[in-house]
Amino acid sequence: MKDDRQNALQKHLQLRARIVQATRHFFIGNDYLEVETPVRIPAPAPEAHIDAVASGGWFLQTSPELCMKRLLAAGFPRIFQIAKCFRQGERGRLHLPEMTLLEWYRADSSYLEMMNECEALIGQIARQVSSKNMISYQGSEIDLTPPWRRISVAEAFEKFTPMSMDAALENDRFDEIMVEAIEPNLGQSQPIFLYDYPASCGALARLKPQESRYAERFELYIGGLEICNAFSELTDPVEQRTRFEREQERRRNAGRRVYPMPLKFLDALQDMPEAAGNALGIDRLVMLFTDAKQIDEVVAFTPEEL
Amino acid sequence: MLESGDLKKGLKLELEGEPYVIVQFEFVKPGKGQALYKCKLKNMLTGAQFDRTFRSGEKFNPANLEEVQMEYLYADADRFCFMNTSNYEQEFVTEEQLGESKNFLKENTVCNVLLFDGRPIEVTLPYFIDLKVVKTDPWVKGDTASGDSKPATLETGYVLNVPPFIQESELIRIDTRTGQYVERVKT
Repeated sequence: MKDDRQNALQKHLQLRARIVQATRHFFIGNDYLEVETPVRIPAPAPEAHIDAVASGGWFLQTSPELCMKRLLAAGFPRIFQIAKCFRQGERGRLHLPEMTLLEWYRADSSYLEMMNECEALIGQIARQVSSKNMISYQGSEIDLTPPWRRISVAEAFEKFTPMSMDAALENDRFDEIMVEAIEPNLGQSQPIFLYDYPASCGALARLKPQESRYAERFELYIGGLEICNAFSELTDPVEQRTRFEREQERRRNAGRRVYPMPLKFLDALQDMPEAAGNALGIDRLVMLFTDAKQIDEVVAFTPEEL
Repeated sequence: MLESGDLKKGLKLELEGEPYVIVQFEFVKPGKGQALYKCKLKNMLTGAQFDRTFRSGEKFNPANLEEVQMEYLYADADRFCFMNTSNYEQEFVTEEQLGESKNFLKENTVCNVLLFDGRPIEVTLPYFIDLKVVKTDPWVKGDTASGDSKPATLETGYVLNVPPFIQESELIRIDTRTGQYVERVKT
């Protein structure tokens, strides 16, 4: 039979559809407006380690962040979007160069309220698709009962590695240690929020008011998988421009393409309310609920099959 | 020139002047962080393996490898002389590089030879080679006690099991991948 792999995926793709439906149900029930913003844009956010795919002189979005923040600034206080995003060169067991992101923004909130909302969202999805409060993922039994554990990035380095966070940053080994020594330990019995990243790791995040060496950023890990990334959003256009210039400089120094400055976004930022935003990988979430080891098992077609 | 994004299982690259093949590969990346390319590399000269993680933007050369057809001419002490069948140039291969192939190599056999920077590093024999049996016990008709096979020594010195009916000075066909008897060759 042709397309055997697709045929074998039926259960996973059915569950995927139910997860997407449950996600919409959650946001609509919490007074969020579903929006759509353009996939093809002239100026993606300049971030040192995220490469956009060029498309006829413009680019395919790496996330819908900039357009959604313009909507926040224009007076939409609660919005969500389920969007295809594209990242050049990202392909591995947990990566596809075309992925589905759930992104949402909530005015007058910080990353702390966003953590609570993650617990509510994933809890509700679990009740709707599996009628249990547990996930079995790759041999781990993960209890979704809130509140979930929280650990700062600095504490995680202390707990799981012989190197401190500062030493890792200084030696340019932060990411390597994160993926090899920290991530696999996270969220194996209960989901966990890894929070307060070094300021240099959050180009669009607000810094902690009392401790400006940290950005108000968190990531949620379940079963060792990085599920989402959230910030208390930076709303200062001058500071944001400086950060973008720094990211552009990092890209230039690394020999990577430098994108045009997203000027309309920077203009809009002065009208943006304080807000929290979150980007969640739908593919990874489906992996959790289907106990899939590879991201390939939760999408209808991989790029190699096209 | 290759860069980190080109890395994948099976890719052959040059590091510090030696050829390596990637035997295991994994792409990892924290969402906002650096892409890391985790490789297990095997040295194509020594067989030694080690782990190395590449970062995005690293550059390196593909291994300068070429596969050519060469005819085996003769052995000289511990070296084996091969001739490139297209340009008639002669190259020497060591016993170590030849490995198991030595057991089945006879003069005038045309082999695939892998060259690194023009020097031979690996010899692949044809799948089947016919070799003469130089020593084996005679077959006694009706003798069922000696079983289904008996040892035989080939002209290369290699010893293997053959069916009882094979006799000295007969030609037999060997599968060079397994080192096993395939059939008797009628001359």
